[in-house]
Amino acid sequence: MWHRIWHLLVKEFLTLFKDKRSRFVVIAPPLVQLLVFGYAATFDIDRVPYAVYDEDRGRWSQAVLARLRGSPVFEEAAHLDHDAQIAPVLDRRQVLFVIHFGSRFSERLARGRQAPVQVILDGRNSNTALIVLGYLRTVLADFTVEHLHIVPPGRPVIRAWFNENLQSRWFIVPGIVALLTLVVTMVTTALTVAREREQGTFDQLLVTPITPFEILVGKTIPPFVIGLAEGSLILAVAVYWFGVPFRGSLTLFYAGMGLYLLAAIGVGLMISSLSVTQQQGLMGAFLFVVPAVILSGFATPIENMPETVQRITYLNPMRYFLVIVRTTFLADPPFALLWPQFWPMAIIAAVTMATAAWLFRHRLY
Amino acid sequence: MPSPRPEAAVRIEALTKTFPPAVTALDDFAAAVRPGAITGLIGPDGAGKTTLMRLIAGLLTPDRGRITVFGTEVAEDPAWIQARLGYMPQRFGLYEDLTVQENLDLYADLQGLAPQQRAERYAPLLAMSGLAPFTGRLAGRLSGGMKQKLGLACVLVGQPRLLLLDEPTVGVDPLSRRDLWRILDDQVRKHGLTVLMATAYLDEAERCREVILIHRGRRLGQTSPSRFLEPMRGRVYYIRTPPAVRRRLLRELLRDPDILDAVVQSDGVRVVTRHPRPPSVTDPGALPEAVEPRLEDAFVARLRAEAETLSMPEVRLSRRPRSGEREPVIVVRGLKRRFGDFYAVKGVSFTVRRGEVFGLLGANGAGKTTTFRMLCGLLPVTEGEATVAGADLRRAPAEARARLGYMAQKFSLYGHLSVQENLTCFAGLYGLRGERKRTRVAWALQTFELAPFRRQRALDLPLGHKQRLAMACALLHEPPILFLDEPTSGVDPLARREFWYLINGLAEQGVTVLVTTHFMEEAEYCDRLVILQAGEVLVEGSPEEIRRRTGAPSLEQAFIHLLESQR
Repeated sequence: MWHRIWHLLVKEFLTLFKDKRSRFVVIAPPLVQLLVFGYAATFDIDRVPYAVYDEDRGRWSQAVLARLRGSPVFEEAAHLDHDAQIAPVLDRRQVLFVIHFGSRFSERLARGRQAPVQVILDGRNSNTALIVLGYLRTVLADFTVEHLHIVPPGRPVIRAWFNENLQSRWFIVPGIVALLTLVVTMVTTALTVAREREQGTFDQLLVTPITPFEILVGKTIPPFVIGLAEGSLILAVAVYWFGVPFRGSLTLFYAGMGLYLLAAIGVGLMISSLSVTQQQGLMGAFLFVVPAVILSGFATPIENMPETVQRITYLNPMRYFLVIVRTTFLADPPFALLWPQFWPMAIIAAVTMATAAWLFRHRLY
Repeated sequence: MPSPRPEAAVRIEALTKTFPPAVTALDDFAAAVRPGAITGLIGPDGAGKTTLMRLIAGLLTPDRGRITVFGTEVAEDPAWIQARLGYMPQRFGLYEDLTVQENLDLYADLQGLAPQQRAERYAPLLAMSGLAPFTGRLAGRLSGGMKQKLGLACVLVGQPRLLLLDEPTVGVDPLSRRDLWRILDDQVRKHGLTVLMATAYLDEAERCREVILIHRGRRLGQTSPSRFLEPMRGRVYYIRTPPAVRRRLLRELLRDPDILDAVVQSDGVRVVTRHPRPPSVTDPGALPEAVEPRLEDAFVARLRAEAETLSMPEVRLSRRPRSGEREPVIVVRGLKRRFGDFYAVKGVSFTVRRGEVFGLLGANGAGKTTTFRMLCGLLPVTEGEATVAGADLRRAPAEARARLGYMAQKFSLYGHLSVQENLTCFAGLYGLRGERKRTRVAWALQTFELAPFRRQRALDLPLGHKQRLAMACALLHEPPILFLDEPTSGVDPLARREFWYLINGLAEQGVTVLVTTHFMEEAEYCDRLVILQAGEVLVEGSPEEIRRRTGAPSLEQAFIHLLESQR
């Protein structure tokens, strides 16, 4: 048995790396995606353009503006002189918000009265708008404390655990480990059986004494090895290039990744053995990967999803591994805490692989 | 070189077309096509036939040389040519989800045929193609032959002056082939149509006014079929033999350097000699009698003269299958296969005995491949039973499959792996190991003359070598049973001879061979055969029996007879 599997393995690796296109698919896109996601995908805001409409031109409006100008988060992009200019700068996305001081802003403050500051936000991207608003609130609150010496009675003192500076990169980059290993394994597995069916080599394989189980093993090991290698590479880049700390246990991380890879390979092989052409295989992989990423908690928390959708996410191996990756990166959890993430992936792997092996001989075409 | 005749419908001069990096499809090719007649373009696969057709149709541009159609140069005004030309590629673009009538209407629209002219144009085409009762049927639901006839009708709707046909009759049943020829003859006679037809069937080429022989992108000759036959006079013989010794005689003849060709034909062997004298045969009972040459004889002789050596692989099995009593090896009873509401195979039964070469014949879509796939265990049986060596291969343990060699219709080895890697991979999959694996792979490389290509990707091999490699992979484990699906489709006559030589050698050593083919003349090599038609067995028996039962001189005629008596 192992003898036949060995020959199948040699063949699988040779076809994978001898074909220029499949070699490219395995190596280039993950690297590009890693850099793009690592640098581009961030919730942090930086150099937000804004416009100033200062009718006050007094001491206190200048003090607020000085704080804004001193912050790297904001960048003054325009100076407005009257109301009619507000709409155009927001419409053209020239600025993200307009800060407006009324003509009696400083005077009212000097008299110890309330002095409102108007902020007009571009709400088209609600997420960014909320983050900008949060920053602005902090700036104004600090201004009140330091310049006016007014301290609110219940001021929160915040300390973040695990991600001390709340950098979104620390949140996103570990997620990329899960995302990219999924993409790579899906692309390599979704085509294997479909390609052989399309080219007629699968028939040739099925008439040899090889059993479906042996085919399954032979088709699982190559993407597993590739997934493991790419996962490790991304782990290394995350730690040494992006400087995300890895505080948990490597054993737990790799145990999780092993199960995750098996589950993803199982899904990929199942899709592939359902397909008769490579096109169908690729389409199937695409139809799986996109919802799997969206429903994994990679970008949006699962807890925010409707109840029914949350139930669907239990079928998604990525949701479990994402928890394992993020936890082992930033915290150092005991195994017991992560156990609920491990066994569902094992079940997904077992079911999908059994289905795939059954389909090898039973899919009609 | 014929002097350029002014009346040529198509004139081709010094035409060269290369496909970088390494393929020269046409090399300084010149020819002239007579107007108002059918000209045959014959040559082995990959000789450049399709490239030539596409160049004439203005779909490709030549590297050098020129083509003029009705006095206009193709390169200068392809649109003018295309308006006067009908081109039917190997797979004609029928819209399978449209009915026969809708397809015709669509092509009439595309070719700008006025509505009032349509009825009178459709009627003869539909009548001659036998499609008239089926105008409301979806094109996708037609048989292979019907589709081809509809394709031809669609091309002819616009009444082209020049018709280019690329192997229009491959895989088509003999009756449909005859219909196609009738339509063509009629169009030529009534409308003065000029036809250039590439074909692999040499009996068809004999019906052409002129034949252009093309080989490796060069013209080997162009003349009328009868002129081609002249140098063959006195060189073609027929030796009547009893079936038992035929195979041995054939192998003996093919090894003789004075003999250019030998094939099984009806009750004997047909021989082409190098010189005009009868072949010498050891068997005193075998008496060569001179017969009329056919185009195929001339064609093979021409190709062999081009320093084309036949490679006749001698396969010696180290483990011969147990011989002796001829017990049934493959038993098929009441076999059915349904796809949706359509029965591709409806109740097929036959038995193959040990050491037989058994043919599964029929046109495309007759159910050959479906039956074949069920036997190999690649497709579940809907109803009935199919056992190979006593086991149902779908349920049998893996070891049962080790007794079987399989060669698919389409090249189905790993294209990106080298020849050697493919051989090693399949040797391993068949459970060969260690020293035996090494000797078997070495055996395959040597026997099939693949050693010079061992490091080359299988994908880049020439077609004939791909076929050899596939055969080598199927024989690595010396299986007692061999399944071959259309092993000779798309292969030139020389490669077909090599192939049957090999099969005969294996059968002599007791290997049971099940082979599908749509070449009726190849069926003569089989000990017994069934002809399938629309999923049912039309006839079963030895070639002699079938011919005798129908009183037809050849199997092809017998097939036509049987189909007509069914109609």
